Amino acid sequence: MALPKYTEPHYRIWHYLYLFICGCVFFFLIAPLFVIFPLSFNAEEFLVITDGMKRLDPDAFSLRWYKDMVYGTKNPWGLAAKNSFFIATFATIGAVILGTVAALGLSSRYMPYKGIIMATLISPMIVPLIISGVAIFFFMAKAGLAATHTGIIIAHIVLGTPFVVITVTATLSGFDHSVTRAAASLGSNPVNTFMKITLPLILPGVISGALFAFVTSFDEVVIVLFLAGLDNTTIPIQMWTGLREQLSPTILSVATCLILLSTLVLVAAELLRRRSERIRGINR
Amino acid sequence: MSSETKQILTTDGVPLEVSLKKVERRNKFKAFLLVAPLLFFLLIVYISPIIGMLFNSVDDRMVTNSLPKTFIAMEKWDGKELPSEEVFEAFYIDFKKLMDEEKDGKLSTQLNYTKNGFKSIIKKLRRKSKSFEEGNYKEQIMAVHERWANVEYWRAIKRRAPSYSYSKYLKGVDMYENEDGKFVQVEEDRRIYKKLWVRTLKIAFYVTLFCFLMAYPIAHLLATLPMKFSNLLMICVLLPFWTSLLVRTASWMILLQQQGVVNDFLVWIGFVANDKRLEMMYNETGTYIAMTQILLPFMVLPLYSVMKTISPSLVRAGKSLGGTPFITFWKVYFPLTIPGIGAGSLLVFILAIGYYITPELVGGASGTLISNQIAYHMKYTLDWSFASAMGLMLLVGVLGVYWVYNKLVGIDNIKLG
Repeated sequence: MALPKYTEPHYRIWHYLYLFICGCVFFFLIAPLFVIFPLSFNAEEFLVITDGMKRLDPDAFSLRWYKDMVYGTKNPWGLAAKNSFFIATFATIGAVILGTVAALGLSSRYMPYKGIIMATLISPMIVPLIISGVAIFFFMAKAGLAATHTGIIIAHIVLGTPFVVITVTATLSGFDHSVTRAAASLGSNPVNTFMKITLPLILPGVISGALFAFVTSFDEVVIVLFLAGLDNTTIPIQMWTGLREQLSPTILSVATCLILLSTLVLVAAELLRRRSERIRGINR
Repeated sequence: MSSETKQILTTDGVPLEVSLKKVERRNKFKAFLLVAPLLFFLLIVYISPIIGMLFNSVDDRMVTNSLPKTFIAMEKWDGKELPSEEVFEAFYIDFKKLMDEEKDGKLSTQLNYTKNGFKSIIKKLRRKSKSFEEGNYKEQIMAVHERWANVEYWRAIKRRAPSYSYSKYLKGVDMYENEDGKFVQVEEDRRIYKKLWVRTLKIAFYVTLFCFLMAYPIAHLLATLPMKFSNLLMICVLLPFWTSLLVRTASWMILLQQQGVVNDFLVWIGFVANDKRLEMMYNETGTYIAMTQILLPFMVLPLYSVMKTISPSLVRAGKSLGGTPFITFWKVYFPLTIPGIGAGSLLVFILAIGYYITPELVGGASGTLISNQIAYHMKYTLDWSFASAMGLMLLVGVLGVYWVYNKLVGIDNIKLG
């Protein structure tokens, strides 16, 4: 953003001040994530930057906490990771199926009471998690599903569906319905039309909804806190316990891995968004 | 009639209008059928439990059912003087049954909510009642502890006779119903919930304000920079957005602790002395800083998507008509961004008002919100009906903001990523 030559000095100052403020805000947003990296390689047991680290002394750095994360005795991370991936995978599958089908209905121009139904379907995203947690806990306790994977998966399907509904309806908003009519006129049945025509076209929206659902489930802690027993511990639960009780640097190793994971998700989401915009652009 | 002769018929002889209506009905039904699985799923596992909370919050049958004979005997009692022997006898029979079922502990917890001091006298009654002789229970019970001879405590029991009560809602705003059925505030030093509501609103408001002040410039920068640079900077917004909430809270805990990076830096530049390091965590400050950073992307993204649609030629036109950059910004650019401001602010406010994780970890005693209090009652005091009542009060507030959001922005316009 180069300024034109004729800009008056005080506007010039304003402009640089504005850029400086923006720089500060970006720093505020992103810098906290980077403080985790060096500390996760700390050779000491404290969560502070030691003098050795400031001098870049190689002895001050080690992979000790990563080893502890993977091989440590009686460490909970293995089971937690297994549970987290298991729960998130099934919650995503459930949310994607229910959400996509509902989005197809919602995008139909014949859909009655669209507003109120949409508001209901989105509500798990709006209602504070603590309230959802309390309500779902009461339900699961009555249904005998507390402290089971099934219970947690069902709860996470509830939380994940709004994202799928939103992303898929957004993709469908640019959808040219004449292609499905063309397929029907060529003798294709509705299921076949969906699988061969509609689904490939809305796939970017479905996958980005799936990413949201997966991350929501993978990162969710409030409801799991209410529902989980000892066997259902997940990565967020372990981090929560660690952050509340003993802050060990192993948590930071886990956090570093999670940041890398979220970078992957970010890249995937960005690629999908661009692809979906391209597809919609062609349709227009 | 002329209208009938003009009616257009389809090939099978049905009037076109009827036939079209039938098709439309069928299409409506088809569309609804697609939505139905998710709708019913949510109704069963989500909406109905929330409505169930409403029931939980007013449900008071525990006491009603554990002292059935007492309440029947109490019906005739006017509540002015101590109840008659008949009531005491009924109470003794009910209590003995509870002891056999080991439910007297629950009763004492419940009665203690109504009036402090029940817990110890019920425990004492439990011990002494084993050696009670038959007859004259009034004397024997009153001999257990002087509070059993106090009419106030018997009135407190009588107040728990109805199966349903809204006392939990009153408690949620630091009020209670006194003996005359009037709503009064609890004593000054025991008012905690009202303060908590005010604090929750205050923190949510300021977090929204800080988010707005920080998000506006960067959203503007992102929207005006060429794609090449803005995509790169967008990562700074999206990476935190996709990163685990606990990871981000953890990084703030490391930064803000007394031996943390921020304090190290402040000491190094000489802003604070080494022995007077700032306390930025386990208090309100921690909640403000961490929540602002965590919720910032939710403000940036709606603002960005609105600013992206504003044509730069509008600002150029303003300037060419003689407006200074400030006037042009204020009169032309800013009004166009108001929809984005509304969307972002409402979203951040809704999220902030029900925040739980971050305040719990960095908020300490002075930085926790109403959500934390709900969780506390769910987990530690086990007063689930009170937790439900507070949850519903919070829910009504959030749904109010959601309704405004829906009117102003439209939920179809929520943008993700």
